[in-house]
Amino acid sequence: MSSNADIYHEMIVEYSRHPSNFGKIENPDVTYHDSNPLCGDSIDIFMNINDNKVSDIKFHGRGCAICMACSSVMTEIVKGKTIDDVKKIQKDDILGELGLQNLQAVRIKCALLSLKVLKYAIYTYLANHLNDTNADALKQEASALY
Amino acid sequence: MQTAISVEKIRDDFPILKRKVRNDKQLVYFDNAATAQKPIQVINAISDFYTNHNSNIHRAVHALAEEATEAYEVTRDKVAQFLNIKDRQEIIFVRGTTEAINLVAYTWGRQNVKEGDIIVTTEYEHHSNIVPWQLLTQEKGAKLEYIGVNDDGELLLDQLDTYLATGKVKLVAISQMSNVLGTITDMPAVMQKCKKAGVKVLVDGAQSVPHMKVDLSSLGCDFFAFSAHKMLGPTGVGILWVRKEILEKMAPFHGGGDMIREVHKYETTWNDLPYKFEAGTPNIADVIGFSAALDYLSNLGMDFVRNHEIEITKYALEKMSAIKGLKIYGTKDISKRGGVISFNFADIHPHDLATIIDEEGVAIRSGHHCAQVLMERLDVAATSRASFYIYNTKEEVDVLIKSLEKAARLFKL
Repeated sequence: MSSNADIYHEMIVEYSRHPSNFGKIENPDVTYHDSNPLCGDSIDIFMNINDNKVSDIKFHGRGCAICMACSSVMTEIVKGKTIDDVKKIQKDDILGELGLQNLQAVRIKCALLSLKVLKYAIYTYLANHLNDTNADALKQEASALY
Repeated sequence: MQTAISVEKIRDDFPILKRKVRNDKQLVYFDNAATAQKPIQVINAISDFYTNHNSNIHRAVHALAEEATEAYEVTRDKVAQFLNIKDRQEIIFVRGTTEAINLVAYTWGRQNVKEGDIIVTTEYEHHSNIVPWQLLTQEKGAKLEYIGVNDDGELLLDQLDTYLATGKVKLVAISQMSNVLGTITDMPAVMQKCKKAGVKVLVDGAQSVPHMKVDLSSLGCDFFAFSAHKMLGPTGVGILWVRKEILEKMAPFHGGGDMIREVHKYETTWNDLPYKFEAGTPNIADVIGFSAALDYLSNLGMDFVRNHEIEITKYALEKMSAIKGLKIYGTKDISKRGGVISFNFADIHPHDLATIIDEEGVAIRSGHHCAQVLMERLDVAATSRASFYIYNTKEEVDVLIKSLEKAARLFKL
């Protein structure tokens, strides 16, 4: 078993100090907020959607290094993708990017909060703007993350 | 040195302290403010109850019931002795501090707090001494006010004078020791002010009773609550003490078996104190386990406990203060501080820090410690917290310091 402290490698520490796409979007097409009540990690995401593509995405909030790094990676993956592709993003796509596949159970919620917020945001967008009846699956996926 | 020898002997009584965690690292347990470890004497007492004496209490006449009842009730006497309580009828067994405070809020509070009244608490309370009063004051149209905390983590007691001067304060609900800052409340000053104003006082003793001598006969408060599991006892047992003249007028909390004298179709008369407040089958085995914990602490003596913690805390404060970028919250005056150190380390989030430290076998707590009002006051989302007890050593503090140095390396501080 790898050491849990190994998760604090250069990339994670770097992202925690200088997160990607950190900030807010004025009048975004969709925004969503959630937090982890026990640890206090709190994330807002903002997206603009044009031609069925996420043309811009930013996140804001506070959290631990794991949360900030995973949120950063999530935004990097999402930016420029079509909604259909964004819907397909799975937890390992984000964890794998940072070598966090074996993250201990008590910290997994730190890593997946931003993905949960993303899935809820896309659900909100689809349900409100496109009357997509299949959007409910996304909501279930989000609540099943952790 | 005699102290060192004693601590070695104490450690032998705690099987869990021999454990290895993570990558074969010796466990260093510094999360005592959350819950204490249990000596073999407590574990054996619980096991002995289920092995040899298991029975319900207070009803059946058979031999097992008699033994179980006796052992359960002896614990009440030991609690009385431990805290210098003159009347055993004032001692109620509950699930823990949270239930004790809720019991007061739901019974005495509902009977006595009216619209426009004020309940005073403090910014360094645990949520268990805030939320029950929020529920009560919201229901009654009363007001909840807070005594603030200064930058040294001490209460601004002048604010209590201002609240008391309104003549509307019904209760002051206050912790005897902060679970985050370790600050020991100046109870004589609080009591003097409240007595003069004729205001009742509830004391949350969850952090104080395990770590220092508490004498309820001289303290002078009206309600006192604490938990067994933070003082070597099992989880699921707590004590509520209420001054008898108040307790006698309090309506029942839970209705059910054991709390009644006679039940008829449409009316019931209540059992004597304290049983009126102990509805249903209580946590018999764990109350009996708590008995062994009280014996253990009595044998050590609470002066030993306090002095040992002062020694460890002083050492840890000294070592930690020398680490660049490490911010310690609360007073540096050890006479006003229990064995609790809350801190933040540069820009490392407490959860990241706890994970790195845990990898070295050191268990500390990170988060808001059920004290979000205080976190707001300190203007932080969370802190890390190391808290000590009778079995902790300076060598263990050195392990913590080393793991902090490792965190500094990983985060390139």
